[in-house]
Amino acid sequence: MKIEVNNLKKNFRNVEAVKNISFKIQKNQTMGLLGPNGCGKTTSIGMMLGLIKPTSGNILIDNKDINKSDKNFLLEKINFASPYVELPKKLTVRQNLEIYGRLYGVVNLIERIEEIVENLNINSYLDKKTGELSSGQKNRVSLAKSLINKPKLLFLDEPTASLDPDVGDFVRNYIEDYKKKNELTILLASHNMSEVERLCDNVIMMKEGKIVDRGTCKELIDKHGRGNLEDTFLKIARSKNEMA
Amino acid sequence: MRWHKIYGLSLRHFYLIKSSFPRLIDLIYWPTIQIFLWGFISKFFTLSSSYYSNTVGIILTAAILYDFLFRSSISYNMMFLEEIWSRNFTNLFIAPLKISEIITALTLTAIFRTLIGLVPAAFLAIPLFGVSVFKLGIPLIFLLLSLYIFGVTLGLLVTAGLIRFGPSFENIAWASLFFLAPLGCIYYPIEILPDWLQTISKILPLVHIFEEMRNILINDAINYYTIFKGVIISLLYFTAGVTIFYISYSGARERGTLINMGE
Repeated sequence: MKIEVNNLKKNFRNVEAVKNISFKIQKNQTMGLLGPNGCGKTTSIGMMLGLIKPTSGNILIDNKDINKSDKNFLLEKINFASPYVELPKKLTVRQNLEIYGRLYGVVNLIERIEEIVENLNINSYLDKKTGELSSGQKNRVSLAKSLINKPKLLFLDEPTASLDPDVGDFVRNYIEDYKKKNELTILLASHNMSEVERLCDNVIMMKEGKIVDRGTCKELIDKHGRGNLEDTFLKIARSKNEMA
Repeated sequence: MRWHKIYGLSLRHFYLIKSSFPRLIDLIYWPTIQIFLWGFISKFFTLSSSYYSNTVGIILTAAILYDFLFRSSISYNMMFLEEIWSRNFTNLFIAPLKISEIITALTLTAIFRTLIGLVPAAFLAIPLFGVSVFKLGIPLIFLLLSLYIFGVTLGLLVTAGLIRFGPSFENIAWASLFFLAPLGCIYYPIEILPDWLQTISKILPLVHIFEEMRNILINDAINYYTIFKGVIISLLYFTAGVTIFYISYSGARERGTLINMGE
């Protein structure tokens, strides 16, 4: 799936959270969405998921406006994972996957659950309550839920936040591997710059609701004369009046 | 309307009840306490009041019916609050579900939660106090239907508030039914209210439902006109509730409260 965001704006009363942003993500691309806290990343993702109504502008997913066409037709091919959004804690992992599989209308659900559980290595706690899992285990389950419908477009909001390096590496490897085998476009919001460098084809830098820079990681690093994306991020985040 | 999705959403609440014994006990505990409390009050009134002297159990029957309304509404609210408390709200609203499917799933599931609590309590009242709500006969079905539709409507209105204003609206969820109870004339005839309050209370279905309940038990007569008036008024409120829910959902999308809503 491809995404085209055109002149997207969102005002919350008098606060301009997102200020006229435009970008495209081509099919099978991974786009990094970077920026300091409160820069409008979550609001932008919320609009792309149809959870927040834009003040103006539009979001075309495979040329269909998510706010005008049959939203559910698009949502069946989209999914989302974030450590800040959880699954019902009192339900087992299996129950949660079954429920979301049903909500997404997954065919051959039992086989799909088995497949994803095997791939993400979560068999050992499949019948444990989700609330009893460690943050690393919850993270894998959240990823499993986000892939249950074999999405063509995946939104990942800080997928490795608060994970130890080992689990973080597992998740990054899994995403990389999954993407090689499946048709998948990803929008990744992350504060982990090495993760972004590793996973993303292109990057958008947001600041105060605006896109202030964009390009491949290498292009941005070279443009700003820094040795890595982290330093580049810091330079952009701390600079004033810089626009793409 | 896709029933497999409605089933999926209902399954989430069945699993929740099944997985937690304390939750199941909680569902049964409060209606049972109500039966005991009102059973003894009813017994005392029966022995001491000339108004109720020939009609054993009017108050207890009213208590059971009111509890049915209360549980219907609270069940609906609780299922919605569970999504907020578990921080699952965003996952639910990005799933390919229509609002009508969410409303239908909550409405159908709420009846099970309600009956789990109330059926044992209603049967308990028979040997303990000699009062059977089933004495109301066929009209009981319509009275319960009317109460259920109105209970769900109150649930819908509260959840509309939760969507629109966030978890801070939670306190209203608990207060909503207590606000309407005095106007519903559950335990007393409408004539007790001042004239101006009578006018207001007549636009609620509760007055018609409980007046008819008393009519059946005291006069041993059935007035189907009053019964259907209750059902129709409940349906009108339900339609308004659904409309308000849709408006709130649209307002929530405008305000951005659907994302990251949690405790």
